[in-house]
Amino acid sequence: MAHIPDGLLSVPVLVAGAAVGIAGLAYALRGMDDRSIIRTGLLSAAFFAGSLISVPIGPSSVHLMLSGLMGLLLGPRIFAAVFVGLCLQVLLFGVGGITTLGINTVNIALPGLIFGMVARPAVLRGKSPKSAAVLAGAVGGLSVLGTAALVALCLAITGSEYVPVASIIAVTFVPLALVEAAITATVVAFLTRVEPAALK
Amino acid sequence: MTGPSDLRLRLLCAIAPVVALSQITDLFDALIILCVILLLTLAQRPGAGLWHRLLHIEGFVVILMLTLPFTFPGDPLLGVGFVSEQGVQRAALLGAKITGASLLILSLLGTIEPARLGAPLLSLGLPNSFVRLFLTTIRYQSLIRLEIRRGLDAMRLRGFRPGTNRHTWQSYGNLIGMTLVRCLRRANRIEEAMRCRGYVGQMPNPGLAKPPPRDWGNALPFIALTALIGAMVIT
Repeated sequence: MAHIPDGLLSVPVLVAGAAVGIAGLAYALRGMDDRSIIRTGLLSAAFFAGSLISVPIGPSSVHLMLSGLMGLLLGPRIFAAVFVGLCLQVLLFGVGGITTLGINTVNIALPGLIFGMVARPAVLRGKSPKSAAVLAGAVGGLSVLGTAALVALCLAITGSEYVPVASIIAVTFVPLALVEAAITATVVAFLTRVEPAALK
Repeated sequence: MTGPSDLRLRLLCAIAPVVALSQITDLFDALIILCVILLLTLAQRPGAGLWHRLLHIEGFVVILMLTLPFTFPGDPLLGVGFVSEQGVQRAALLGAKITGASLLILSLLGTIEPARLGAPLLSLGLPNSFVRLFLTTIRYQSLIRLEIRRGLDAMRLRGFRPGTNRHTWQSYGNLIGMTLVRCLRRANRIEEAMRCRGYVGQMPNPGLAKPPPRDWGNALPFIALTALIGAMVIT
């Protein structure tokens, strides 16, 4: 439930989310030339398409978020990729919201950016695909948990009466974090073996 | 009735009432607005797809309905000690707002072809680099989704059955990894192809004609809706 719908959050949360989201988006766009717009557009499209894969967990299933992977591959451009992805979710599936585009972008992109940037040098320096994979797995899992914490925080700031709902939502993120860690680790191991230049 | 066909107007007709709606705090106001939006949606004769998608979104509303009455501090409802009246009211308010906003988004934005949004977004003042990124993503996401589907089909034909196990995660990881490798190579080819055709970092944008008067007529119910919500919020 990373797509918070319209009509739920309080104004200060929405305004703060929009402000941080716009700042992140502006920073991401400023660093982009013609070549990197096409490259980022293709990667955003790949992450969007990848996040539609449904992965079974017991009797239920989850959709991937891939924010840790985006943070590792895109750096600050993750804000642009996530924002475009969320716009597409609204346009194609009606999921998410308009007033919450900013805060939803921040909730997904910020943890991915932070964990991705912290781990990136070590992932690149990693001697073997295995060590890079373990680090990347941690980035993938922690990014999902970071998003869960931010979503819960947004609800808790909006009103203390939402704390029980927020904690239910946060708990539903835990299985996703485990799956996301496993898949992010495999993707990065694959890239270090097949196309190391993708991570540079 | 249909919404405006000019995409600038159509975007604004969805965004303005949704932004206003998020500010409503009174249950009675929210229910009136939900009824008005429902009538506006029905008047556009939406297909079954809209209701199907709405059902998907209502899952979140159900969670609120199931938790808020028991967790919200307030007076007991109808003498039942653990159900709070304020909690039921709050859940109904949020349910009405979320449903109303979703109906507007699904009926007005769900019918847009995203690939046509470039010129309208530019004329609404969004930065050029963002619009180019947006269009590139839209153009290629459908292609890459097909590519991933072909990959999944190929895996299934080889006897792959997804489950909650390491093999599934590794298989999906390899699929996504290969998709990313293909995308990066494709990005280089696209860039070269565009340069060969004289791309100089700008898409040709001849600008858009003014929306026809009939379109303003189509936009009128949504302008009136925004005004109504605005009046409710202010009073």
